[in-house]
Amino acid sequence: MQLLPLTEAIATHVHDGDSVALEGFTHLIPFAAGHEIVRLGRRDLHLIRMTPDLIYDQLIGMGCAARLTFSWGGNPGVGSLHRLRDAVERQWPRPLALSEFTHAELALAYQAGASGMSCGLMPRYGDTDLGRLPGTSLRTVRCPFTERLLTAVPAINPDVTILHAQQIDAEGNVLIRGIVGAAKEAALAARRVLVTVEERVERLRADMNALVLPSWLISAASVVPGGAYPSYAHGYYARDNRFYLAWDEIARDRRAFTAWMERYVLGAPNHAALLRALGVAA
Amino acid sequence: MSGPAYSPDEIMTVTAARQLVNGAVCFVGIGLPSAACNLARMTHAPDLVLIYESGTVGTRPKVLPLSIGDGELAETATCVVPLAEIFAHYLQRGRVDVGFLGAAQIDRYGNLNSTVIGDYAHPTVRLPGGGGAPEIATYAREVLVIMKQTPRSFVPRLDFRTSCGYLEGSGARAASGSPGAGPRAVITDFGVLRPRPGTEELELAALYPGISVDAARAATGWPLRIAAHVEMLPAPGPAELAVLRGLEAATREAHARPIRISLRN
Repeated sequence: MQLLPLTEAIATHVHDGDSVALEGFTHLIPFAAGHEIVRLGRRDLHLIRMTPDLIYDQLIGMGCAARLTFSWGGNPGVGSLHRLRDAVERQWPRPLALSEFTHAELALAYQAGASGMSCGLMPRYGDTDLGRLPGTSLRTVRCPFTERLLTAVPAINPDVTILHAQQIDAEGNVLIRGIVGAAKEAALAARRVLVTVEERVERLRADMNALVLPSWLISAASVVPGGAYPSYAHGYYARDNRFYLAWDEIARDRRAFTAWMERYVLGAPNHAALLRALGVAA
Repeated sequence: MSGPAYSPDEIMTVTAARQLVNGAVCFVGIGLPSAACNLARMTHAPDLVLIYESGTVGTRPKVLPLSIGDGELAETATCVVPLAEIFAHYLQRGRVDVGFLGAAQIDRYGNLNSTVIGDYAHPTVRLPGGGGAPEIATYAREVLVIMKQTPRSFVPRLDFRTSCGYLEGSGARAASGSPGAGPRAVITDFGVLRPRPGTEELELAALYPGISVDAARAATGWPLRIAAHVEMLPAPGPAELAVLRGLEAATREAHARPIRISLRN
């Protein structure tokens, strides 16, 4: 594990054309890292996330992505991700290829990737159009023991997985507390792992079964207070639900979106400056 | 003459809450389902077990979450498990009694579309997609659907089938081996639709006060069948409305709270 400034960590580990998973289910979404990808002008990324959320709405709207693998693409409790919709419905600012799964399938795909399996298996029932999508990678197989029909979901192994976490200790071990989503599986499936953290401490006060990523699994880490804003870091700050509501208006219009990104992301040298400009930090 | 002393959302939420039996394990979605489940938990069903797909099990939020993964859900939960576990060990393993779903479109057999309006490759409207819904629809012992009834949402033919109801009806779902029983009720802003025994086609089973059969028919995009006996549902009671409105006021207050982040180094 290397402790690096965020710009250097992203510049070193995220390249044009990479498959990139910024995980964190509603909680601990690595916004600061995503914004740095925008600032560095990365292109043709294959973005992977269960819930694209605002961070991928931003990356897609800024033209960073060529493909999206996802399972639920809305603004939670609010409505649409307008930039994602504009890319799919009107190819703006560029066409976006979709690989679409259910939550259970995508979680299984990460788990398979983390386990060195080529696929994960789950029972197959019912008959939906999701299994008939053009180019679907799902396959139906038969259980060798029970003859039961199973869905095989191909493993996902991102080039790089990026997480936000609460703490890193002196040895570089990382602690995640609260809603964990598929963070651990996405990290263990990846070729490289980047982590941003709220703070550096001498020693993690972690319960025995806590989610700790040992330092030797992590390629690079950066200390970025507020790095999950406007999502949240349990124990540090709450989700800014007002911002999620406000994003609906900002992202609805191409010009308003571009102006927002230019002012707050491209116009800020780093995440602390963005938080100050938004009036969230002093 | 004044209208009823409650909103369409309120009577939908209260009607949905009344469907929940104390002690049931519910897989909860955000929005009206979340309001209905918590209203039930705070009134007649204190031992309702609420699971949100973010991995929060047995959560008892004091304010309604905006997202499926607000911190409030984790803080008030019995335990918080990884997402893969909530789907595999709880839902897929058959540990969920009631699943709540909404959608953009529903057909007469309770199949649901939350993926696209129009053609998949060139959609008129790209919707959020399946998320947890396809598995909830399959594995929950029974499903409750909550959605507003309009000819555009209650359609003769789905643009895309995201989640299974009764498939083509007349036992098709059971024949497919689906573990769960399917949608037991569809709660709308007109009343409640239930599957007709045998054909499993949704029929109008109950109406809210002051709503006519013709109004419900006009809001449906297929020729809506009417049950032999249409139940007249009671209006929300004052106690239910007081709890629901209190919960929503607390929620609005919580969501309006400004966030402050301290930039330590």
